[in-house]
Amino acid sequence: MILEVNDLCVDYVSPQGIARAVDLVNFSLDAGEFLSIVGESGCGKTTLLFSIAQLLSPPAELVSGSVTFKGENLVTLDKSSLRAVRWRDFSVVMQSAMNALNPVLTIRAQFVDVMHAHGQKNDVESDKRFAEVLRLVGIDAVHLRSYAHQLSGGMRQRVMIAMALLLSPDLIIMDEPTSALDVVAQRSLMVQIKELQEKLGFAVIFVTHDISLVSNFSDKLIVMYAGSVVEDGPTREIFEHPSHPYTQGLLSAFPSIHGPKVRLKGIPGSPPSLTQLPTGCPFHPRCAYAMESCSTVRPPVTPVGDVKVRCLLFENAEVHVGSD
Amino acid sequence: MTAVLEVNGVPEEPDHVRQIRRGSLVNFWQALRSSKKAIVGSGILLVFTFLSLFPGLIAHDNPSAETYLPSLGTSSAHLLGTTSYGQDIYAQVIYGTRVSLLIAIVAGLLTTALSVVIGVSAAYLGGFADGVLSTFTDIFLVLPAFPLMIVIAAYSKNGGFTIIIAVLVVTGWSYGARQLRSQALSLRNRDFLLAAQLRGERKWRIIVTEILPNMTSLIVASFLGAAVYAVLAAAGLQFIGLGSVNTDSWGTMLYWAQNNDALLTGSPLWAIVPGLGIGLMGGAFALLNYAFDEVNNPALRPVRRKAVSS
Amino acid sequence: MDQIETESASEPILSIRNLSHHFPIGRKIRRAQLHAVDDINLDLYQGEIVALVGESGSGKSTLARLLARVYRPTGGEILFEGRNIATIRSRRDLLSYRSKIPLIFQDPFSSLNPVHTVGHGLLRTLKLHRPELSREERRDSAIATLESVGLIPASEVLNCYPYELSGGQRQRIGFAQAISCNPRLILADEPVSMLDVSVRIGLLNLMTDLRNSGISMLYITHDIASARYVADRLVVMYAGNIVETGPTESVLGNPTNPYTRLLLSAVPDPMVAVKATAGDIGDPPRVIDPGEGCRFRWRCPLAMETCSVVTPPLLPVSEGHEAACHVTMRSVGENIGA
Repeated sequence: MILEVNDLCVDYVSPQGIARAVDLVNFSLDAGEFLSIVGESGCGKTTLLFSIAQLLSPPAELVSGSVTFKGENLVTLDKSSLRAVRWRDFSVVMQSAMNALNPVLTIRAQFVDVMHAHGQKNDVESDKRFAEVLRLVGIDAVHLRSYAHQLSGGMRQRVMIAMALLLSPDLIIMDEPTSALDVVAQRSLMVQIKELQEKLGFAVIFVTHDISLVSNFSDKLIVMYAGSVVEDGPTREIFEHPSHPYTQGLLSAFPSIHGPKVRLKGIPGSPPSLTQLPTGCPFHPRCAYAMESCSTVRPPVTPVGDVKVRCLLFENAEVHVGSD
Repeated sequence: MTAVLEVNGVPEEPDHVRQIRRGSLVNFWQALRSSKKAIVGSGILLVFTFLSLFPGLIAHDNPSAETYLPSLGTSSAHLLGTTSYGQDIYAQVIYGTRVSLLIAIVAGLLTTALSVVIGVSAAYLGGFADGVLSTFTDIFLVLPAFPLMIVIAAYSKNGGFTIIIAVLVVTGWSYGARQLRSQALSLRNRDFLLAAQLRGERKWRIIVTEILPNMTSLIVASFLGAAVYAVLAAAGLQFIGLGSVNTDSWGTMLYWAQNNDALLTGSPLWAIVPGLGIGLMGGAFALLNYAFDEVNNPALRPVRRKAVSS
Repeated sequence: MDQIETESASEPILSIRNLSHHFPIGRKIRRAQLHAVDDINLDLYQGEIVALVGESGSGKSTLARLLARVYRPTGGEILFEGRNIATIRSRRDLLSYRSKIPLIFQDPFSSLNPVHTVGHGLLRTLKLHRPELSREERRDSAIATLESVGLIPASEVLNCYPYELSGGQRQRIGFAQAISCNPRLILADEPVSMLDVSVRIGLLNLMTDLRNSGISMLYITHDIASARYVADRLVVMYAGNIVETGPTESVLGNPTNPYTRLLLSAVPDPMVAVKATAGDIGDPPRVIDPGEGCRFRWRCPLAMETCSVVTPPLLPVSEGHEAACHVTMRSVGENIGA
């Protein structure tokens, strides 16, 4: 187990009130595992990602909990120790490469920057490494001399991934790296990431709003809603037998190109604002199976087979919820 | 009256708009009220406004009457002493507030109006019109303001008030026009403007009802900046004797004080106090400007950090 | 509804003939032409949803704007009820056209003016297009329209500001503005792409309901799955050309053009295992001075000699289904594997 997140809570403090963006999140990640964090906008998944990577800034505050990476609690590390761990042991791929890459520097200059920041001044050796990582992502080394705007969207994202691989980290955190890409480029990038992962053995935390994108690539899945983890378990298991009503709603909201055409229902209403969360279970106003207690009791985590669910329907193990 | 469209009544999945959250304007006022800069700035301006409207309540003497003994020091009768001409300095300062404030506000408003018209038109009309208007703006931007002011004012014969305002507007509008044009350009590609055009709105109406309301914060900031400029530049012009030297204003007080070597002959307050007045008024507008910026751009607000518990 | 009965159902609402639109780019000396849209032929009929599918650079958004008369095409013509829209001159006629063929925008955050209530645009539209209504009648009409797109309580929504509504609700406002003046065909430019997944279905269902009440729609999207969900016909575009078109099930069941096949294989489907095809990384199409020949040839696994010389024409595959490809169309009926 290389990463363990325990009872993590993150608040956003604003004049309008305190919004709990991440509420008692617990999960673990093994070496070489591909974990996807899935949820819609405003569910707190990006905040969770940033709190793992220690990138939070005001008004976001990590209120309590720990993020233990390879035995060390990242939350309590001081700046210099954190710098040593950053990029070497875990790296981050941002959502929009166009925003993350420096527009006035060549790709090579930015790679050199990374190496120098980690004390590797031997530029000759570094050049070999640069060519190697670019080859791994399928880009010709001649592009080391290019600027970001000269590359296509798919290529830019690949450059970002190459940069993340420079120091052979054990974990790469990705924040919706494919959302700015078209469907063909998206598919190609996902396949590439999976191949790299199998070849080099790093773990991946992949944040996305598109659950169908990660269905074929992810080992484990975490579904987030309004700051809480509502379902957590092996991907196949969740896809075939979704337990939480939100997960079911999410999975049934994707029209398919195969099979018969059926009128879908989606999930009525919209996700709540984090400053005005409903009492009890945050999903209950939109839930077709809501009971009396759902509006007062915050559901605890209940194991259902290999999957952990936060839903009062499962407290009593006899209950079966329709799950197709 | 027939319904426009009947889609079998309400669709199967209506979207209930729950909890309509009001209060963005309320938040704005709250933020402004809690900003120290805003409080101080508006406090100062309120005092000045009161002095402009009711100078007689505070100062009992006629500021231009040369009725007293010249160059008196401070006393209970003359809080700030008298000038070399026997005028009560205190009365002059109080009465002078009106002219200085009036110049600041009128020049500020006219400058801003001109900036808005030229800047926003250039952005929205685009193409050739934009080219012409932008070049025009650039020319005025590049002209050295102070020499230009002096030249214009020197050729006018005692126009006084009007001339000063005219000069300030002519030399001051181009900076704001540039800024407003930039912001209008960034708005130009927003879908709601195309939507307005497609539903048939005329161009001028789009500018007035769709674009300008989105620029109020920059327009207000422009005005505040123009007011600061007006206060200082007007004082400068009056100090060198341009504009009518017989009006009661702080700048002319400085002119006369300078001409009579006030600092050397024992009436230093004749020069210092109007100077302070100018500084305070300019400062008040500037404080309001900063406060406005902070409220509009939360990133500029003072940050309070808390330690993390684990 | 009266207006539907008077029109003949077999006449197209919009008829697009040889439509092209080129943008000049580059410096004055080496001016190049960006071929956004080339040689488009398409008819849009009463009571159908036609999905225009393509990636960025395919020209689909440009086509929508040409149909909305935002741009004037550099070649070809668009006929509305038989009349070339480029000849519409009077303000009244143009207003009438715009009310019959309205445009819905993609971005819920920039399609509404943040300083006005959401009722502002709706009421202004009514004032400009239906001047015969009194103020009361306008308000009533606006409320009825909001209800028919599912925004409840409509009278309160009218006074809401955009920031008070969610993305999905804002897009419904866009639909409300479009249907407020009895449109014949709505141009919907990626209306759900920027919305959360669970919200999309509500709007897609709304589109289906509108179609059922007689309003046609041109649904522009890059998401072929949602296209299948709502559309009667599919039109696939690549680099400014139409490469395949036909009834939805026909095109999806028998995709003939290699680009269509590529697009279908790239759609994420949880139920289908992934074949590792790292080959095509999704390079943007070449639309600057492309010249003759198929514009997909650089990425196409089936490309031959002819593909660089002759632009493939659209030829029939089956009833109503056409595709453009030198290779796969040589023997229609036999599926040449990709």
